Amino acid sequence: MDSVRYDAERRGHVPIALKILIAGGFGAGKTTLVSALSEVRPLQTEEILTGAGVETDDLSGVETKSTTTVAMDFGRITINDDLQLYLFGTPGQDRFWFLWDELAFGALGAVVLADTRRLADCFPSIDYFEQRGIPFVVGVNCFDGSRRFSLDSVRRALDLDPEVPMVLCDARDRQSGKTVLISLVEHVARQRGEPVSAI
Amino acid sequence: MRTELPGHQHEWLDDDAGPVVRPYTLTGGRVWPDGNGFDLVAYVLARPDPDLAAYPELHPEHRLLVELAGRGTPLVELAADLDLAVGVVRVLLGDLLSRGLVSVHQPPRATYLPDNDILKAVVDGLRAL
Ligand SMILES: Nc1nc2c(ncn2[C@@H]2O[C@H](COP(=O)(O)OP(=O)(O)OP(=O)(O)O)[C@@H](O)[C@H]2O)c(=O)[nH]1
Ligand SMILES: [Mg+2]
Repeated sequence: MDSVRYDAERRGHVPIALKILIAGGFGAGKTTLVSALSEVRPLQTEEILTGAGVETDDLSGVETKSTTTVAMDFGRITINDDLQLYLFGTPGQDRFWFLWDELAFGALGAVVLADTRRLADCFPSIDYFEQRGIPFVVGVNCFDGSRRFSLDSVRRALDLDPEVPMVLCDARDRQSGKTVLISLVEHVARQRGEPVSAI
Repeated sequence: MRTELPGHQHEWLDDDAGPVVRPYTLTGGRVWPDGNGFDLVAYVLARPDPDLAAYPELHPEHRLLVELAGRGTPLVELAADLDLAVGVVRVLLGDLLSRGLVSVHQPPRATYLPDNDILKAVVDGLRAL
């Protein structure tokens, strides 16, 4: 039967899934960017939040009283049969830091969305990725009606490392989002010392 | 090997527990199975032709998971498809794993430095979108 052969072929063959984080302050456009880029409907799932429950080995269930969940956006881009990108929007609030660790583990890199009306909101994201050595780029999200700043002045305000790429973007626009992702992957490649871009 | 699922024992529910939400009945309050930190994009593959009838203790959600993982699916997609929290799916997968009904492939640790061919394929693929 066809399906059996298919299964047999697939066994032992595990496609690569690369994680990319979309971070930034509250309302910076994370969900918008994930949905603009995702090939499927914007996907959402939840992660469990507990007080002590996550840390303890004794999972007798007593802690479940304080259990709540936090929603996570994610999207998928299929590059080919063997390679997929998974985009994860990070939750905006500080009390969800533990979730960041889970999202960031093994991630290829991150996009930090900066909203020029509230630049300081993305500082915690930048600190987070800098401290962990996770490659990131900054997408300066141009909201309608916000004052235009030069990329240089934004870079200074963010006190960014000169190597960290900055890209103007519109999180609603797929092409614009693609440009941000490409600059991230090229940045990751440069960190390896092997540029992937022809130019 | 776990033979009985805690979900069938309810002694952990006392008067203070409040309303029981379905996911926690499913996992019996377990949040994180024994050291199982399955990655969000861990690749889950069900064993072909699994004999689910041999495991009457499994919940319908376990069975759906096996079905959905028939073609190999990342954990986070399974959670979204089943509309269950990721942590709940991790627990259920732990149950299936211990029964040999699925295999779970963690992404390589060094994923953040995939080789250059992969990065190049990603850039080319993105450009072609
Ligand atoms: N003009 C403009 N509006 C945007 C852009 N990106 C997002 N928005 C709008 O800004 C609002 C917030 O965007 P979201 O994508 O929900 O932001 P978020 O970062 O997910 O927000 P939280 O998850 O609440 O932190 C929405 O109404 C979007 O339509 C952009 O690039 N330009
Ligand atoms: Mg959001």
